[in-house]
Amino acid sequence: MTRVHDMGGRFGDGPVNPAPEPKVFAEDWHGRALAVTLAAGGLGQWNIDVSRHAREALSPKDYARFSYFEKWIAALADLLVAHGVVTREELAGSDPVQSDLADRVMTAAKVAGVLSAGGPADRPSTRSPRFEAGDTVRTLRPAANRMIAGGHTRLPAYAAGAKGRILRCHGAHVFPDANAHGLGERPEPLYSVAFAASELWAAPEHPRDEVILDLWQSYLEPA
Amino acid sequence: MPHDHHDHDHPHALLPPDPALRVKALETLLTRKGLIDPAALDEIIDTYENKVGPKNGAHVVALAWTDPAFRAALLQDATAAVSELGYYGRQGEHIIAVENTAADHNMVVCTLCSCYPWPLLGIPPGWYKSDAYRARAVREPRKVLAEFGVSLPEETAVRVWDSTAEVRYLVIPQRPAGTEGWSVQELMPLVTRDSMIGTGLAARP
Repeated sequence: MTRVHDMGGRFGDGPVNPAPEPKVFAEDWHGRALAVTLAAGGLGQWNIDVSRHAREALSPKDYARFSYFEKWIAALADLLVAHGVVTREELAGSDPVQSDLADRVMTAAKVAGVLSAGGPADRPSTRSPRFEAGDTVRTLRPAANRMIAGGHTRLPAYAAGAKGRILRCHGAHVFPDANAHGLGERPEPLYSVAFAASELWAAPEHPRDEVILDLWQSYLEPA
Repeated sequence: MPHDHHDHDHPHALLPPDPALRVKALETLLTRKGLIDPAALDEIIDTYENKVGPKNGAHVVALAWTDPAFRAALLQDATAAVSELGYYGRQGEHIIAVENTAADHNMVVCTLCSCYPWPLLGIPPGWYKSDAYRARAVREPRKVLAEFGVSLPEETAVRVWDSTAEVRYLVIPQRPAGTEGWSVQELMPLVTRDSMIGTGLAARP
């Protein structure tokens, strides 16, 4: 049910290495991988939730052995084939066919506008907020996409079945569990929810520590 | 050559295994199909190497330290407040600023992927995207902070923000003592990238 990307709370990863990193992109191909991914995304054949799901859908072995930008580039190759933008034969090295999406290419002149325009996720919604700040809620358990077996969700496993407190409502946002699978945006209220560390962990570090997550209304029940 | 660890069902396995060659192969293919303009890739890379980075966030924090009206606006609606400075864009469409105090220390992670406020801080550093940080920041933030050389007083609570939606968080670190009367330009170098993620404190003068 869970995937390897859902690693919050996991044991065994060793220390974090905060050594200074003099370059934004440690290797030239890192920047290239990011740029190819953004430019291909600009063709408009998928959304950010589809793109995240493609990285999560790498096999656990690949997810674990690939470095960060290797995941991006592998997921991009998979997406390009899944959406019919390139063929398996072209990936394998056959002569490429000119694409009918070529009129959508992100030219250098368009880059600044595309990056600064962004892609907001808030939407008008007919689903009214069920909770308000201060309410006590409980998250669904297990953490899983309720429409697609093994599908995309943004409720991490470590926060499933936990009792928390609504801090604020962000308005209605696109629901990733639907949007990652071609089921439409289905916007619904999104909340910041605070959980006591003692609610999540067997050995919390401090009695007043908290973890706060942004969670969609569908993930929450009154408690 | 052993292939037992490759996943042949996934199309990516058709590309060369070396990551640099893999990216090059994909870029070349998409360019030949008319789907990518290599000059646009240069432009994207230049944007995040040279134009958009933690200096933007440092400007926001230094303003919040020195201008009470801006601080209030930032805490009320950070998206609007930073947009007015020109810091809006991809991965920064919904911004919330959280302020460190003697009572609360805020720290940001994305356990599920690598969400990060690009228009304010640029592209995240390697450690932010590492398994160790993603796995541990939520469960043992104080041990992680210790690895960054930060130890908090017992009376300070830690609030870890796991960026699970499209909302991005900017930490406003505590202003260091001894900077009374300093200008925004003088304060900005004290506002380190890590202090705006919450894994560091602002530098001392």
